[in-house]
Amino acid sequence: MSVHGQLVPEGSRLIALSKRMQSLLQWNHFRRMPALIRMAAVTIVMLCLVAVLAPLLAPYGSGDQDLLVRLQPPVFLGGAWSHPLGTDHLGRDVLSRLLFALRTTLIIASLGVIVGVVTGGLAGLASGLAGRRIDNMFMLLVDAQASVPLTLLALAAVALTGSSPLVLILIVGISEYDKYARVVRSQVLVIKSRTFVESARALGASPLRVAFRHVLPGLVSPLTVLATINFSSVVILESALSFLGVGIQPPNTSLGAMLGEARNYLISNWCLAAIPTAFIVMITMAVSLLGDWLRDLFDRRLSS
Amino acid sequence: MTFVLQRSIRAALTLWIVVTVVFTATRMSGDPTYHILPPNTPEVKREVLRHQLGLDRPLVTQYVDYLSGLADGDFGHSFFSGRMVTEMYLERLPATLNLALPSLLLAILIGLPIGTIAAVKPNSPVDRGLMALTFVGQAVPNFVLGIVFILLFSLTLRLLPSGGTGSWPHYILPVLTLGIASIASISRLTRSSLLDVLGQDYIRFVRAKGLPPSKVIIKHALRNALLPVLTVIGLQVGTLIGGAVVVEVVFAWPGAGRLLVAAVMQRDFPMLQFGVLAVAATVIIANVFVDVGCGLLDPRIQARAS
Repeated sequence: MSVHGQLVPEGSRLIALSKRMQSLLQWNHFRRMPALIRMAAVTIVMLCLVAVLAPLLAPYGSGDQDLLVRLQPPVFLGGAWSHPLGTDHLGRDVLSRLLFALRTTLIIASLGVIVGVVTGGLAGLASGLAGRRIDNMFMLLVDAQASVPLTLLALAAVALTGSSPLVLILIVGISEYDKYARVVRSQVLVIKSRTFVESARALGASPLRVAFRHVLPGLVSPLTVLATINFSSVVILESALSFLGVGIQPPNTSLGAMLGEARNYLISNWCLAAIPTAFIVMITMAVSLLGDWLRDLFDRRLSS
Repeated sequence: MTFVLQRSIRAALTLWIVVTVVFTATRMSGDPTYHILPPNTPEVKREVLRHQLGLDRPLVTQYVDYLSGLADGDFGHSFFSGRMVTEMYLERLPATLNLALPSLLLAILIGLPIGTIAAVKPNSPVDRGLMALTFVGQAVPNFVLGIVFILLFSLTLRLLPSGGTGSWPHYILPVLTLGIASIASISRLTRSSLLDVLGQDYIRFVRAKGLPPSKVIIKHALRNALLPVLTVIGLQVGTLIGGAVVVEVVFAWPGAGRLLVAAVMQRDFPMLQFGVLAVAATVIIANVFVDVGCGLLDPRIQARAS
């Protein structure tokens, strides 16, 4: 590796970066995690696995209806093993729907976070590197967005564009961009004043080159931490929109959409609501725990 | 005084950006006649309606008209009921305020003591317990919390009504559901801000002077620690209004939030526009108050701004 690094000097930065990522992913770190965090990490991995394998694991299709066995209770409340978690108001298997809902929720949240990181990162990079005027303008825009609560903003966007999974991804992604933008901007202002950036400039590197080759690599870890923390708020926003009936549309389903449908059957079949509720809480808690832990880890490194 | 003026100008500018974005977005979203008139309406009729709504004029004229309309307090009529959107919104607003204001009050009255108690003995069992609770409060989304409350207190224990308005027990679950996230963030911030202050030299000095701990905290530390907390309380105004949208749906609360959700379903753009503007204005004005409040409490902020 080091030979490569010497042969291709530009590559050395990339290699250093990948080494840093490797060290972050090391087993050692995992072993040093507090038990609670380890549980959260395992939960997340399991949920992701289940979501990926949903089509293989689900006993029925997510939309398969059997109107003869509507609103069956789950096994632990006296139901039959043919529908382990019971059925909903259209006789659809709750377990199958849960698996597909989990899949939808996690896919939309992951893509949403990527959209947020890219748009927010670029906006922050631009405003941090550009002059004061652009910076001021940008902060005004961020202020304007911050003045409209997220739920309302997303509702308005759905009303204007109609609801589709793609629109939903863009909305939940862009709605969080300002958080990334603020962090990136402040980090850029710090990195910009370092000598290695100054020397790159003195050597005649173009502004774009400075931005992507020298400043951007320093932003990887704060962005990773922030993305983890924001993942749960993206899940919450998507679930809230789907819960209100303006997010994921039938026949597709997400955890929020399942909860929204179950709301009408709270009295007769409380399990229908309790099951997606448990999963939403599991995701948001596990991700928040991990995010908080990562932030503490990162902060300690920054200070030392 | 210049400080207040400065903040107000910035607030006005922010509001103007919101107005402009809202205007552009609605104009870009296509022909509203398709939402108002039934499908299969002949093109001639659409043309007439477009003329009535003024949509056939140049964009700049429409924009100027729109702005002057706003200045006159004319925010348009609902596509569906045909009534003034301001009238419809103001009808529903009291119910939302009856939900949001108690939640804010609750968040302050519970959040501040929790944060203070946790900060007095950091890393003690009490601190850890309280912080674990606030962590859960922050991680669980409000609509999930609402459903859990209904399942627990209305359906299982049969203690409280699950929705609607009327007597005071109707308020308990919605206000709690809406307020818990704010309680959590206010108490977390109070704790960390108070911990920062307690580590400073002047606190060590008043302690050395022999002041009792309660006096150190209440008289000397809290006063300085509250500044960032005040900013977060300002931010809660937006969070609570946004959260009210969802909580109102969960508890069948007849507030402005449900009006806006209905407007989304029906594509009632004038209603939605006014909703967004009204909320943005509320949040922006609340933040001006908070900024000015911070400036009054800490003259250094004013000095830095000017």
